[in-house]
Amino acid sequence: MTAFLVVLVIILFGVAIWQMGKIFEMSKAKQSNTSEIASDKDNNINGWLMLGFVLLIYLILAICFWKWFDVLLPDSASEHGVGIDNLMLVSMILIFFVGIITQWLLHYFAFKYKGEKNKKALFYADNDKLEFIWTIIPVIVLAGLIIYGLFTWSDIMNIDTDDDPLVVELYAYQFDWRARYGGNDNTLGEANVRLIEGVNQLGVDASDPNAQDDVIVNELHLPVGRKVVFKMRSQDVLHSAYMPHFRAQMNCVPGMITQFAYTPTITTEEMRQNDHIVAKVANINELRQKKNVDLAAKGEEPLEPYEFDYMLLCNKICGTNHYNMQMKIIVESEEDYKAWMAGQATLAQTLKQ
Amino acid sequence: MSAHEHDHAEDHHDDHGHHHKETFVTKYIFSQDHKMISKQYLITGLFMGIIGIAMSLLFRLQLAWPDHQFTIYEILLGKWGEGGVMDPSVYLALVTIHGTIMVFFVLTAGLSGTFSNLLIPLQIGARDMASGFLNMISYWLFFLSSVFMVLSLFVEAGPASAGWTIYPPLSALPQAIPGSGAGMTLWLVSMAIFIASSLLGALNYIVTVLNLRTKGMSMTRLPLTIWAFFVTAIIGVVSFPVLLSAALMLIMDRSFGTSFFLSDIYIAGEVLHNQGGSPVLFEHLFWFLGHPEVYIVILPAMGLVSEIMATNSRKPIFGYRAMVASILAIAFLSTIVWGHHMFVTGMNPFLGSVFTFTTLLIAIPSAVKAFNWITTLWKGNLQMNTAMLFSIGFVSTFISGGLTGIILGDSALDINVHDTYFVVAHFHLVMGISALYGLFAGVYHWFPKMFESRMMNKKLGYVHFWITAIGAYGIFFPMHFIGMAGLPRRYYTNTNFPYFDDLADVNVVITIFAIITAAAQLVFLYNFIHSMFYGKKGPKNPWNSNTLEWTAEIKHIHGNWDGPIPHVHRWSYDYSKMNKDETDYVIPGQDFVPQHIPLQENEEELHH
Repeated sequence: MTAFLVVLVIILFGVAIWQMGKIFEMSKAKQSNTSEIASDKDNNINGWLMLGFVLLIYLILAICFWKWFDVLLPDSASEHGVGIDNLMLVSMILIFFVGIITQWLLHYFAFKYKGEKNKKALFYADNDKLEFIWTIIPVIVLAGLIIYGLFTWSDIMNIDTDDDPLVVELYAYQFDWRARYGGNDNTLGEANVRLIEGVNQLGVDASDPNAQDDVIVNELHLPVGRKVVFKMRSQDVLHSAYMPHFRAQMNCVPGMITQFAYTPTITTEEMRQNDHIVAKVANINELRQKKNVDLAAKGEEPLEPYEFDYMLLCNKICGTNHYNMQMKIIVESEEDYKAWMAGQATLAQTLKQ
Repeated sequence: MSAHEHDHAEDHHDDHGHHHKETFVTKYIFSQDHKMISKQYLITGLFMGIIGIAMSLLFRLQLAWPDHQFTIYEILLGKWGEGGVMDPSVYLALVTIHGTIMVFFVLTAGLSGTFSNLLIPLQIGARDMASGFLNMISYWLFFLSSVFMVLSLFVEAGPASAGWTIYPPLSALPQAIPGSGAGMTLWLVSMAIFIASSLLGALNYIVTVLNLRTKGMSMTRLPLTIWAFFVTAIIGVVSFPVLLSAALMLIMDRSFGTSFFLSDIYIAGEVLHNQGGSPVLFEHLFWFLGHPEVYIVILPAMGLVSEIMATNSRKPIFGYRAMVASILAIAFLSTIVWGHHMFVTGMNPFLGSVFTFTTLLIAIPSAVKAFNWITTLWKGNLQMNTAMLFSIGFVSTFISGGLTGIILGDSALDINVHDTYFVVAHFHLVMGISALYGLFAGVYHWFPKMFESRMMNKKLGYVHFWITAIGAYGIFFPMHFIGMAGLPRRYYTNTNFPYFDDLADVNVVITIFAIITAAAQLVFLYNFIHSMFYGKKGPKNPWNSNTLEWTAEIKHIHGNWDGPIPHVHRWSYDYSKMNKDETDYVIPGQDFVPQHIPLQENEEELHH
């Protein structure tokens, strides 16, 4: 497919260059001091090219959708994400509608009114009514969009602690993540980087009673259907905890605790069965298979087949290995989560060792 | 109706008509003539642009073929490209310096510096800037800051590499990334000088526009170019000092042990003493400049495009007053939207709501401008000069890039696309490509004014435009998709996430388009340099334009007009205006009436 695409690109450029060549030939005007000013011929050619160009934009758009729609993120795996996706859909429909029409008008006018020697332009300097219309329409549409957006935003950001959310600390450092659970009391112990020492990698205050049952892990497990409040901390520079499948992101800022909350709704297992993901993973494995042929020829280790997992990425430039700062997220049933949690050592146990 | 009539402007410089003896140094190097300074800005800007675009090609190669070894890395990057493999930290340095150079050195100084200097005195009918000396200092400070920026590429540990936004602590701590050592120091020094340069320039522009307009040139008769430069200069004066303060505090945090932006940091095995500062403060200060900055970049381009579009459509710009009002509205709003870069930084979510509100408001004046440009084309008699093509291209990319701003400006939607390639695609189209189109349009249009009637080759211009236009969409359209797939920006390679394996071919497509588009810029460079010396000499007013610069002497003399400065009797958009009886143009047989032509007998006066 890549080859096809490359060929397509080359052909499109070939066409463009060929047409450029035509311009060269056709516009070879006599030497005179006005020869660098557009002639009627130039106007005509470029007017047609404008028309061609707007069609090309639509074509690029169509190709992108046809070719790459599958790479987009699957359905949101969190409750609030559905709201974001709906808002995104509404906004996208709006901007495509406006974009397609305005691009058409712009380029079509450029084509339709291409200059001719004896044509007269219309002296048309003002029309208050028209301008009022196209001021008031954006005002109304944007007012709607703003209100819709703000409701969605405040629903996400106003964290209601009444429904007993699971509290998890996401701890970022160059270049990895740790997650700290509150343990049985679901309360995190106090922590500060000044307390970092030996195995106490996160600087948790060992004398804090709340800290004793804290659990620190390097793989994030979440029970499905329960709200999770993430408390973000950073040890050194700015990082950003980005969980694209959950439509969640928040920066980790040294010196302060930031937070973000969501309710996971789709377990990892269920997501692996999702049609979109099944197709995507099949495609990825096909690509990896192809690559393995090359690698084998070079005598290198083959790539492992890929299986879908949710992931947490760093999305704020944080240093040389920014590109590889990730943590696996596993969403599972309440029982599986409890069983996994039971197998983890508490902070008190870790420190004693 | 004109309230501002400046009699003193006309006799201002009468003695300047005579030539005092100029040496090579005073004419070409330490020149105080605005026309020469504008050329100096342009050529320095283009030079920096070549560096910036070359850098982007290097990291595009890396992104498209991360496993491939390119000898070019070894040649250009030296120890950071050994064996043809790009070092991850130099990748970050490349994106950082690419951003810095393109935003500040090319699109701020190269665009606004060039055309404000060239056009403000010429279009308002002044003999020069209010202070030629400050103007000269402004250019040479810009030159100095360019030198520092280029020098920073050669320091041992590499240039600044914390992203062009240089967020601390990454930019403050050499332990965090090698580029935050001497490279970052040079970056800060360079930017501090740049800010001084830009302030001197901006103050000069403001004073000149306010005080040196020729008789009859009321504010409401100014061409939109001048409105745009004037308002741009005001935004610059309001916001650049804030960046300077941020830079100074960062310098102190780096070198003098203060804690403005640093707190609770454990790095390289030790706890730092800093406590109580906040990186979020830096983000506020940075974006208080950073956001107006994108309008500092785009407003001059809008002004140039409005002027070029009206001239080449042979029609007045549609809705002059609305165009001015929207420039003012955009400028005002631009100073109260900076928080939309910070929705997920830990800033209070309520502030996020406020910034969403103000941000989406900007879409209104922007939409008005876009509709007015489109209406300017309607029923015109479009002269497809290269500058006109770039102006139409500008409106196209401005719409495409601007619309995705509606997504990013919405705090709820920003959560998932923040810092992904969606953002990269958005701002490159709306401010990068659009502003570059404005720059190109301006160069093609005013080249005869800069180089004494020599004109650029139009055929090469068409080749340049069409390849660039197709290439720009080819690069940035697909980029939206990889952003919406969740791919973060500033990743050296995506191969550590098998999930992103299916985006590899998109990156290849983008890089191919980038290489082709960059190659097209060589056509422009050749055309520019060749035409400077061998371009055909066109007529005095090649585009049949109404503005005053085309009445000035072709030969560059200090003082612009050999005789008295022309007086102004009308606005600059009397294109294709008919006489009262609708039988012919106001001036029979000529579809334009320059600003210095008095009201004709058979003409209806418009209120401008």
